[in-house]
Amino acid sequence: MKTEDLKNNKEYKYGFTTDVENIRSPKGLSEETIRFISNIKKEPKWMLDWRLKAYNRLKVLKEPDWQKPKYPKIDYQDLYYYSAPKSASDKPKSLDEIDPKILETYKKLGIPLVEQKRLNGIAVDAVFDSVSVATTFKDELTKKGIIFCSISEAIQKHPDLVKKYLGSVIPISDHYFATLNSAVFTDGSFVYIPPNTKCPMELSTYFRINASETGQFERTLIIADKGSYVSYLEGCTAPMRDENQLHAANVELVALDDAEIKYSTVQNWYPGDEKGVGGIYNFVTKRGACRGKNSKISWTQVETGSAITWKYPSCILQGDNSVGEFYSIAITNNFQKADTGTKMIHLGKNTKSKIISKGISAGNADNMYRGLVEIKNKAINSRNYTQCDSLLMGNKCGAHTTPYIKNNNATSTIEHEATTTKINEEQLYYCNQRGLDQEEAVSLIVNGFCKEVLQQLPMEFAVEAQKLVAISLEGSVG
Amino acid sequence: MLNIKNLQATIDNKHILRGLNLNIKPGEVHAIMGPNGSGKSTLANVLSGKNGYDIKGEIKYNGVSLSKLSTEERAQKGIFLAFQYPLEIPGVNTNTFLKTSLNSVRKAQGEKELDTLTFLKLIKEKASELGIDEKFLSRQLNVGFSGGEKKKNEILQMKLLQPKLSILDETDSGLDIDALRIVADGVNSYKSKENAFLIITHYQRLLDYIKPDYVHVLSNGRIIKTGDADLGVQLEKTGYSNIV
Ligand SMILES: Nc1ncnc2c1ncn2[C@@H]1O[C@H](COP(=O)(O)OP(=O)(O)OP(=O)(O)O)[C@@H](O)[C@H]1O
Ligand SMILES: [Mg+2]
Repeated sequence: MKTEDLKNNKEYKYGFTTDVENIRSPKGLSEETIRFISNIKKEPKWMLDWRLKAYNRLKVLKEPDWQKPKYPKIDYQDLYYYSAPKSASDKPKSLDEIDPKILETYKKLGIPLVEQKRLNGIAVDAVFDSVSVATTFKDELTKKGIIFCSISEAIQKHPDLVKKYLGSVIPISDHYFATLNSAVFTDGSFVYIPPNTKCPMELSTYFRINASETGQFERTLIIADKGSYVSYLEGCTAPMRDENQLHAANVELVALDDAEIKYSTVQNWYPGDEKGVGGIYNFVTKRGACRGKNSKISWTQVETGSAITWKYPSCILQGDNSVGEFYSIAITNNFQKADTGTKMIHLGKNTKSKIISKGISAGNADNMYRGLVEIKNKAINSRNYTQCDSLLMGNKCGAHTTPYIKNNNATSTIEHEATTTKINEEQLYYCNQRGLDQEEAVSLIVNGFCKEVLQQLPMEFAVEAQKLVAISLEGSVG
Repeated sequence: MLNIKNLQATIDNKHILRGLNLNIKPGEVHAIMGPNGSGKSTLANVLSGKNGYDIKGEIKYNGVSLSKLSTEERAQKGIFLAFQYPLEIPGVNTNTFLKTSLNSVRKAQGEKELDTLTFLKLIKEKASELGIDEKFLSRQLNVGFSGGEKKKNEILQMKLLQPKLSILDETDSGLDIDALRIVADGVNSYKSKENAFLIITHYQRLLDYIKPDYVHVLSNGRIIKTGDADLGVQLEKTGYSNIV
């Protein structure tokens, strides 16, 4: 995209591309493509075999179509499955070695790595396109025995952990997009927290789609060993472009006995323009296994971007007394569509889950909460509490709530509350009377509506998320 | 400061204000009394710029026609309305709301916005003058506040924003005797040569504390009688029946 075009597209703050020469895999989905990816990443044979197994499985799977937002058929043979910035094939040892253009991109995104290192104590595993180009704070983490690296590196250096856990939460044959990811995933993050260790900082990744026509197939694996704790942040924005782009990431979390994982996402992929042209298809599989007793997994997501968001971060509560939480804000404006929610599968005794979902629709957008709470017969004394609130702005948008509930034992309880409200004119008037303009008023009221979720986010994310909430709804009222 | 000429207001085919005239000068206190449904709140809403009314006639505020100004511009230029029914805004911290509000007004007036620390110091001071417990300030705006607490919160906002024209719509309703005195003291301490008040009330007891320069009787969308403070005392005894 030329600078001229960018100027015309100023609505999307992060709409820019970086001009970096790309290495690309052959076009289309084939065994050749998979071998190419595996080869360029110098993967061991077991990894290639794993990918091929997924690919063979994929051939007999059908793309699901039960979701509410429909999309034009994706031509999987017309996509590139691997593209990496050339400057990264020789991995840099320090920030100085990184392509200045890439650093510039981060700056525009508000992620000056150098500054971040110094200022806020976040270890950043930055994903530029498909390959990690910079990893910071490694030393500090290494001292504690914490592994935080790209999944590619983990495959090389920690094969036992990867072999043991990769695909253990999202099986290779799980569903179409998860299987596709297993076959062609390019890179992502790997985290291992050793027993009885509290990760001393928030770990975070910034994703970015850069090269045109490149599907993004991130793969993230986080393992919290017994008695450990980790908080992981994922945030992303994408550049402006016209073609729809598929993003099918897989994220797997494993919490062993007494371990806790907090996973927060701010998703701000390019949503398409006001007329609904372009935008990212965000079809992500996120699943956590509370494998050990007293373990806890908490998902928090702020979904404001993408043309279509389709995801259900889930918890499998295997361990007795384990806890699963899902806090979600999904904002859809203009022609955006979201079909999101969670699955809480109670297997262990005394397991608890909590779901707080806030859906906000504006313009012509459509917002669907879809969730499953299933309490199996052995999960005695288990509890779920679900609260789904929808806020509508204007008359052309839609909100839907579809909770599936299966309770297989009498000692367990499931509670579900749902509300749908329109943005209240009287509240807006009250704010205006106090000097707030329409946008400030909307931002204030909507942020209030989302508060229970926003306050789950780590501080540095909460501020960004609040701004994002306001930016995503600009011009939607009045 | 405020000049209203032949004001008419209609909403949803209901003709509410029917030719209202009123002039308010800086430093004056005007009380408006009148039967339920006579149009008092409507007048307050029309002055502060609530949407939805079909308006005829003229309202000038410091020489400028109000019809040209949005609700927030009016607020920023010093028109304040203490609501008859203050709104609850769930999830929004009272302090956050007050700070956002104050800074919007300050910004529009070309003043420096206050940082959090300065703001907190200021609001603590103002709250204690009104006997408002600090704890209220960290609660969600008006959520779960009692009727009287909501009204006090309105006066707190008035004192914070320092408006030129304060319209109080039944701020005294629902107040206990002590709260009534506190609110009245709050208003009296804010009275000055520059500030004017339009006080809508049903009860003389508020006017015992805040002495009005004029008392108007609004009936059926028109001011049908205007007098001095004695008119309020008289109405308390006789009711509206012999003037309406
Ligand atoms: N949106 C509306 N549609 C139709 N009628 C309305 C509307 N708003 C107000 N009214 C009517 O206009 C009249 C004046 O209302 P207003 O609230 O101004 O009365 P008020 O003098 O403040 O009464 P009170 O003393 O009870 O507060 C009432 O009869 C009311 O029902
Ligand atoms: Mg009224």
